[in-house]
Amino acid sequence: MSASHAEGKNYLNWEKGLWSWLTTFDHKRIGILYMITVMVFFAVGGTFAMLIRTELFSAGPNIMDANQYNQSMTFHGAIMVFMVIIPGIPAFLGNFFLPMHLGAKDVAFPRINLISWYCLIVGAAITLVSLIYNGADTGWTFYTPYSIETDNGTSWVVFGAFVMGFSSILTGLNFIVTTHKLRAPGMTFFNMPLFVWALYSTAVLQVLATPVLGITLLLLLAERTMGVGIFDPALGGDPVLFQHFFWFYSHPAVYIMILPAMGVVSELITAFSRKVIFGYKAIAFSSVGIAVVSFFVWGHHMFTSGQSEAAGILFSFITMLVGVPTAIKTFNWVATLYKGSIRFDSPLLFALGFLFLFTIGGVTGIMLATIGLNIHFHDTYFVVAHFHYVMVGGTLMAIMGGIYYWLPKMFGRMYNEFWARITFVLIFIGFNVTFFPQFILGAMGMPRRYFDYLPAFESLNKISTFGAWTIGVGFVIALFVIVIAIFKGEKASDNPWGAKTLEWTTASPPPHENFLETPVVTGGPYEFR
Amino acid sequence: MFWLNKAHASTFMPPQGTEIATQYDSLYEFIVIASLISCVLVIGGLAMFVLKYKRKSETDKTAYITHDTRLEFAWSFIPFVIFLVVFGWGTYIYVQMRKAPDNAFEVHTFGQKWNWDFVYKSGKKSSGLMVVPVNTPIKLIISSRDVLHSFYVPAFRIKQDAVPGRYTKLWFEANKVGDYQVFCTEYCGKDHSNMLAKIKVVTNEEFEEWLQNNPYKGLAATEIGAQVYAAKCVACHQKSAEQASSIAPSFLNLFGKTRQFADGSSTTADENYIRESILNPNAKVAKRISGEAFSPIMPAFAGQLSDEELMGIIEFLKTLKE
Repeated sequence: MSASHAEGKNYLNWEKGLWSWLTTFDHKRIGILYMITVMVFFAVGGTFAMLIRTELFSAGPNIMDANQYNQSMTFHGAIMVFMVIIPGIPAFLGNFFLPMHLGAKDVAFPRINLISWYCLIVGAAITLVSLIYNGADTGWTFYTPYSIETDNGTSWVVFGAFVMGFSSILTGLNFIVTTHKLRAPGMTFFNMPLFVWALYSTAVLQVLATPVLGITLLLLLAERTMGVGIFDPALGGDPVLFQHFFWFYSHPAVYIMILPAMGVVSELITAFSRKVIFGYKAIAFSSVGIAVVSFFVWGHHMFTSGQSEAAGILFSFITMLVGVPTAIKTFNWVATLYKGSIRFDSPLLFALGFLFLFTIGGVTGIMLATIGLNIHFHDTYFVVAHFHYVMVGGTLMAIMGGIYYWLPKMFGRMYNEFWARITFVLIFIGFNVTFFPQFILGAMGMPRRYFDYLPAFESLNKISTFGAWTIGVGFVIALFVIVIAIFKGEKASDNPWGAKTLEWTTASPPPHENFLETPVVTGGPYEFR
Repeated sequence: MFWLNKAHASTFMPPQGTEIATQYDSLYEFIVIASLISCVLVIGGLAMFVLKYKRKSETDKTAYITHDTRLEFAWSFIPFVIFLVVFGWGTYIYVQMRKAPDNAFEVHTFGQKWNWDFVYKSGKKSSGLMVVPVNTPIKLIISSRDVLHSFYVPAFRIKQDAVPGRYTKLWFEANKVGDYQVFCTEYCGKDHSNMLAKIKVVTNEEFEEWLQNNPYKGLAATEIGAQVYAAKCVACHQKSAEQASSIAPSFLNLFGKTRQFADGSSTTADENYIRESILNPNAKVAKRISGEAFSPIMPAFAGQLSDEELMGIIEFLKTLKE
């Protein structure tokens, strides 16, 4: 045992002061920086969500005018996508636990890791500048030619998203190299936890797809500021080309958002059922499979855009293929529970919530992938409900479960189980009350991004708004549960859940370089025998 | 079958206005039922396992089951087959949805912020209202005069983006007389949610009569102007005093007044100025009361208004005095 550990030194008190945090190269501290940033952004994006739902409580203007509504939905979307869900799991939980899962001291490029956090901060600051120029009202998709002619700070949001893209690319790069080069002795690819497989697949997407978004956003900026005709038909450009470029990134981005969540769920289900995962290789390879196929499905966002019918049918078919590995994962998780020893702590509740909501998100995904059916649902509330079931019901549930699961390891303290369960109940019920009615609204034909709607849609919108307020209360309580746990929680043992992955073999919170001695791995990650 | 009717009633789909909509709903009901069964299987299995295998003591032994190739093949292959069936069925509907009969009656459709215009080959124009005959294939040739829009008729289960600089196509054959709602479903700015229109499906006789009919017959010039104002101008131009938040000049007391422009020049708002401002709005951009120029956002109406309608607006403006 080294001297520093004997003195009770860990990564949190290794160095002191704000400056030591802002200049740290420690992957764990950078993970915590991401945690704070993402939580702040989530609070801002969530506030916009509450404003949107409150406005939609009844038909006609309630608390804002059409311009303010369009800005709110733009900022809600852009913040939640670029600043919360994309960095949410990889850059926060992944940064902290990928090296520990591999038995490494840090990521391969600690300095680049810190730069990636600063890219996110600088990108967010640039986005904020748009507020000086009347904000932005294009929606997070920046569709041309509206995004070219609209007279406000859209350029700043676009440039901010461009800079934040580098944060994502650099994190992905780091994870790929770390996974290849820094595995502990005996840590073969098939001994890696499934969380690492999920992050690795995600990292490939981040590195290959994000540059396309960067280029697209730069072209958009060139068009807005210098009048270069690329997407605007008035200048000889093609607005549908923008949609191809945009979704070539943004569809893989959907899997950047969901694959890490699937990784977290694999960890939670094994840990709380004390059982080896069912079908390790199937889950691992399905992550890779989803990542590969995700590059060839972007056209399903464009079934009504004017792309050719043949292209639409092809994209519909390939999209169906994504359903297969996704179904495999779901069945394997359920099978893992069979003959387990299951304990209902909050992390597992969130994982079960994930499975419940993700299944509904999945079957409605098949409806949307079916080209004939998609035409009616396209750009209605059916789509809004579907992707919230996947992104919120999937990714956010996994983040919440992951935070509760790893909180004792990250801070050496336990959260309050009773209140954590209350947050689960509020978020889970509130979520269904908010978004299930939106499937019905979409089937009835209510288009999305509507500031005002026909009276026929009013009662379901009211229900939806009540649900949103319930989710809001749930997340406010969750914030208190987490903050109180960090500062006042009971001391946690090194392995409170009895889990088998490597991070639980070291102290809580972990020492400066994770392990006092480099671990030697002799078996798989879930050896509950 | 009772439960099938029940399922049908609970799909919440809009009324079926076309044969395609009926076919669409059959596939939709099939998928909803298949999805319900899958959800019950997955979530039911989940609920059963978590209740049955609840942890009893901290020393519980769990089964060590790493995989089962046959089971895993089954639950990969069976969904794959179901997906293929759904894909084939959906594609069959889509192909019919897209392929207009050769004898279809064509209507040119234009989207612009924030209304829909319909132009018939006979020269008849209509704004916000498309009248079509029942049981006749109608083909829309859709374009946009500014940004992206999307033409969506829930009762027909069809939708097509209106793209500036190119023509897109859509067709339908309504099999019931009645009014059908049209929405814009591609976000297009401030009044996106007010960009509504109606399709009025009528009998062939009524349609012929409507097509021949001059809507302005017997109306005074100011009444024609009031109708054009209500259809084309009211979204931006108010009849009340200008507010700080107004996006366009108010029409109140406009006629005959001296107008100040962004480039510093000025002119009297006479008939020629009004005509130019409608046909080529950016030729002279007016200033707000505060002195700041309005944004040049008004689309040009050249070619969209008849001389009769222009005359009507001019006379209508003259009546807006306080």
